[in-house]
Amino acid sequence: MWRRYLMWFAQEHVDFRHAEMQSILSLFNIQIRYIEKPCIQKPYWIVELPSEDCLRKIASRSVLIKNCIELWSRARSEIQLHKNLQNSLKNTSGTWILQESMNGTSDLHVCPKEMIETYCSSKKTFKVDVETFCKHYTMTEKVKKIEGFSYLPLEGPVQLKNPDVTLSYIEFYGTDPNNVPEEPYDVFFGRWVVDGQRDLIQVHSLKKRHFIGNTSMDAQLSIIMANQAQVKSGDVILDPFVGSGSLFVSAAHFGAYVWGSDIDFMMLHARTRPTRVGQKVRTKEESIRANMKQYGIESKYLDVLVSDFSLPLWRDDLKFDAIITDPPYGVREPTEKIGIERDNYTLTDEHLVNHIPSKVEYGLPHMYSDLLNFAAKHLEMGRRLVCWYPLVREKYFSMGEITRRERKEKRAEEMAANAARKEKEYQNRISDNT
Amino acid sequence: MKLITHNMLTSKCIKGVLTGFPLAINATDIKIKEVDFNSEFITRVIPKLDWEVLWCAANSIGHSDGLPKTIEPKFEEDEEFLKKAHHVLLEIEVEEGHLTCPESGRQFPISKGIPNMLLTEAEVQ
Ligand SMILES: C[S@@+](CC[C@H](N)C(=O)[O-])C[C@H]1O[C@@H](n2cnc3c(N)ncnc32)[C@H](O)[C@@H]1O
Repeated sequence: MWRRYLMWFAQEHVDFRHAEMQSILSLFNIQIRYIEKPCIQKPYWIVELPSEDCLRKIASRSVLIKNCIELWSRARSEIQLHKNLQNSLKNTSGTWILQESMNGTSDLHVCPKEMIETYCSSKKTFKVDVETFCKHYTMTEKVKKIEGFSYLPLEGPVQLKNPDVTLSYIEFYGTDPNNVPEEPYDVFFGRWVVDGQRDLIQVHSLKKRHFIGNTSMDAQLSIIMANQAQVKSGDVILDPFVGSGSLFVSAAHFGAYVWGSDIDFMMLHARTRPTRVGQKVRTKEESIRANMKQYGIESKYLDVLVSDFSLPLWRDDLKFDAIITDPPYGVREPTEKIGIERDNYTLTDEHLVNHIPSKVEYGLPHMYSDLLNFAAKHLEMGRRLVCWYPLVREKYFSMGEITRRERKEKRAEEMAANAARKEKEYQNRISDNT
Repeated sequence: MKLITHNMLTSKCIKGVLTGFPLAINATDIKIKEVDFNSEFITRVIPKLDWEVLWCAANSIGHSDGLPKTIEPKFEEDEEFLKKAHHVLLEIEVEEGHLTCPESGRQFPISKGIPNMLLTEAEVQ
């Protein structure tokens, strides 16, 4: 029987929510039914999945999911929710009693009796959590809300730390802290099943990482990229603009073996100026490899090479399972390749040792076209190139009279990651997320 | 540099070089670093390799001991072979030395385990 779940998301990087979820669902080949049409204004999805195992698989990857709850009831008000639950205890039909509407306005949401009773046995310890989204309640007020559920036939002892069953009551007051209504828009009750990968953001935090550079990718975005690339155990991935290797970390965490290259010799040898404020010299522990060791994924490190992406490096027939990269945009670092404007330039042998070649403008369109052609040639069929692409947005501000200002957005959060999927005919399609 | 990397690497960046493969290895410092064995990965990678090139590369740096010159049809069932391949592909590291282009003779230095495949601006003109 399909099961009904509430997936709660972080209200962050909302533009990537759909992309991350779609990538994970297709990676595991999981079917999903949307009970309510997802929209980014709401931090939750109500869905049905074929099994709890499917839900656990999704949660094992998603960094945007906070937690997942097996939904026992939902309603527009606290009173109706209690009514629904009380009716559930009498619902011996073995199925849900529902009145569904696609905009989610229905209040009748009665689960089968067994769903609740399975978790009420006297041998199972339990607790009830209360979460109020966008509104603060005191501990006493929360306890009072919990007491409202006393009609549930929970027979086991209460245990606050690691109980067998965690029940969850959620009140949703919208997402605008300046416009909080008196009564919640939506209330939910159910059994907590699993958390997403939010903890990984702290574990992989750049703040505690041995080696970082000026353009190291933030831990959360790196994880999203690895998910979009549908990285799985035993994959081989490439980052041709590897820098300090921040995209290696998330890909290797999910089991991929990693190759990288970068034009910057000093960067790969960790001899650039330290990135951290107040640090004078780089320590011995600072290298891409040392980062991998720090996270216990050194076995996934293949190699990094100093190489100019505008020139060929790999065997023609080499195929990667994914290319995950963050190319230079010419904003914080120039887009360049080896070259010189002068004609008939020669170097004497004595200059060759330790020579750092001069560079010329690579050009953004040229570089992206090289990247797409490279991906078309070197990706396994059906696999993906995930990269960032700079967009210049125009913003309009109105202050008194209307003034128009143009702003060049730096990048990262403001920019769209492009998942280019390799099609059969070697046609790459860049899909924009914004 | 690991031998799995060497097996995929070319010097095609050089003007006029057609295949640039395989590069000759000249190693002045080799280290053995333990890597977790993953038979699934090794099994997946072997068909992508040029096995003869791997054998010759390992041999040229004195590490071909016990490595068969050819792959058996049912290699994936032979755990001992997979472990040997794992060792040669992932655990032998050329720390210092250089690679030489088979067509042009151009040398690429390897320092602290990282090959430097950059050309000079004069070479890309
Ligand atoms: C946005 S940064 C990538 C940062 C990286 N994700 C990290 O973790 O540090 C872009 C990188 O591309 C490199 N780069 C610039 N031009 C290049 C070229 N022609 N070939 C290869 N790498 C290049 C730069 O040295 C820089 O490290």
